[in-house]
Amino acid sequence: MSTSQVALSYLVASVFFILALKGLSHPETARRGNLFGIIGMALAVITTLALVASGNVLLVVVAALVGGAIGAVIAKKVEMTKMPELVAAMHSLVGLAAVLIAVAAVNNPAAFGIPVPMPGGNRLELFIGSFVGAITFSGSVIAFGKLYGKFKLRLFSSAPVVFPGQHWLNLGLALVMIGFGVAFFLAEGPGWTPFSVMLATAFVLGVLLIIPIGGADMPVVISMLNSYSGWAAAGIGFSLNNPMLIISGSLVGASGAILSYIMCKAMNRSFFNVILGGFGQEGGTTADAGQKSVRSGSADDVAFMLSNAESVIIVPGYGLAVARAQHAVKEMAHKLAARGVQVRYAIHPVAGRMPGHMNVLLAEAEVPYDQVFEMEDINGEFGATDVVFVLGANDVVNPLAHEKGSPIYGMPILEAHKARTVLVNKRSMAAGYAGLDNPLFYLDKTMMVFGDAKKVVEDIIKAIE
Amino acid sequence: MSGVVDPFVVNLTVFVLAVFVGYHVVWNVTPALHTPLMSVTNAISGVIIVGAILAAGTDTLDFGSGVGALAVALAAVNVAGGFMVTQRMLEMFRKKAPRANADASKSSGGH
Repeated sequence: MSTSQVALSYLVASVFFILALKGLSHPETARRGNLFGIIGMALAVITTLALVASGNVLLVVVAALVGGAIGAVIAKKVEMTKMPELVAAMHSLVGLAAVLIAVAAVNNPAAFGIPVPMPGGNRLELFIGSFVGAITFSGSVIAFGKLYGKFKLRLFSSAPVVFPGQHWLNLGLALVMIGFGVAFFLAEGPGWTPFSVMLATAFVLGVLLIIPIGGADMPVVISMLNSYSGWAAAGIGFSLNNPMLIISGSLVGASGAILSYIMCKAMNRSFFNVILGGFGQEGGTTADAGQKSVRSGSADDVAFMLSNAESVIIVPGYGLAVARAQHAVKEMAHKLAARGVQVRYAIHPVAGRMPGHMNVLLAEAEVPYDQVFEMEDINGEFGATDVVFVLGANDVVNPLAHEKGSPIYGMPILEAHKARTVLVNKRSMAAGYAGLDNPLFYLDKTMMVFGDAKKVVEDIIKAIE
Repeated sequence: MSGVVDPFVVNLTVFVLAVFVGYHVVWNVTPALHTPLMSVTNAISGVIIVGAILAAGTDTLDFGSGVGALAVALAAVNVAGGFMVTQRMLEMFRKKAPRANADASKSSGGH
């Protein structure tokens, strides 16, 4: 195959990758988009295999099959609630692969068509690709640990790890990393020493950058690491002079950056505020709850109110997923619909632990996606709704967000308080991630129903019958 | 001005244009599919496998090809896992059988 044929084949693959993302604009076109992505990837891999046809093809094929099989098994088995962990793990793999390719390039530039000794330009690009890859790898490992939540190690705990001088230490390490990168740039010969020190510093930096960020901010962190993994791939594309890698890496990088922006906006946090960390360490405090009284009711009361309503909006939060109540909720909605009640779901952008997570959890429970509405599409409807049923959500329906001077002032919320009747299921009166009391719970039109979401909803289903 | 354009400049051109394309395509992704978006971008960034294949597929078996083979395996986890888990999620967003459809048309009648 001539070089131009290879380049053209890569161009076609790049177009398929763009079409894969374009397909995601609607659930009906998304599966075709995914197919385009697979075609593009197959084309890219086959073209590259043809390039190394005279070399260790068997080694490549075996390695690809082993990795592919592992990926396939994980993809089949993973629970939808564990998607954030899976995505974090995959970011780390891209990061590590980028580092390994950079190591191979320093070892044998000729394999990639890079002149020997390696010119300065390639060194610079390799430096950027590998340090972004290294930070992506170790940062994603920490993010995975924080999401998984079962490792004993302090580094992996969901609470932020903060210490004095942290940001100065990070700045210092970043300068050390850049310094050795410059040394690698200027080195005669392969430059292993500065390259290795630079990589080691980048690995440490990746850890230090993620540990101060609290569990509540994980949706931003995952999106951000998604972005980094793309930039790492693009950086490697620069050093290998491969436009397809640059294009795919840029698509991924842009995607992660946009998702980070959307998540920050939904949490009313600035990006820098999240990165600098330390947020979400206090939590579970209940402010002056003793003064006010709440009205609480039983599952029977809730069932009565729901079945006599004309319209109901369900607001699911992550608490719902933790209680594994999605299927029960869908069953309840089905029963209500059979009685002529209009049921819709309202999703806040940070309802789950990663962007779009709650939509997937509801889809898994076979909730039709045309009953599920995004915040901006349904916020105007609460005023004309008989009953809002909040399940396992708190901060995202806190009306304090509309009050100047409150810590969450300005955060976009689902305006559940505008409905005629508000029903709230929670395990207890504990505050949400933001550590704030929620005035919604004390309104005259609000009724609390305490208990495990799944148990409560199952009781409601029985009572409706 | 004469001579050949530095490859870096060509790459930079591609990079800047690709970021623009990515920006516009991704803003059009429906928020309901943001999780599949992230898993499919995981798979797409697995295209780094082409670099790994070049490293592993040299004519000799040595340190370089070993490191390359490891990178091939890691990237392949992403490619296979990413596309398959995306497919699995997207199947859940498929219009359901008549029963669920009837529910949908009844309960979202107000739209």
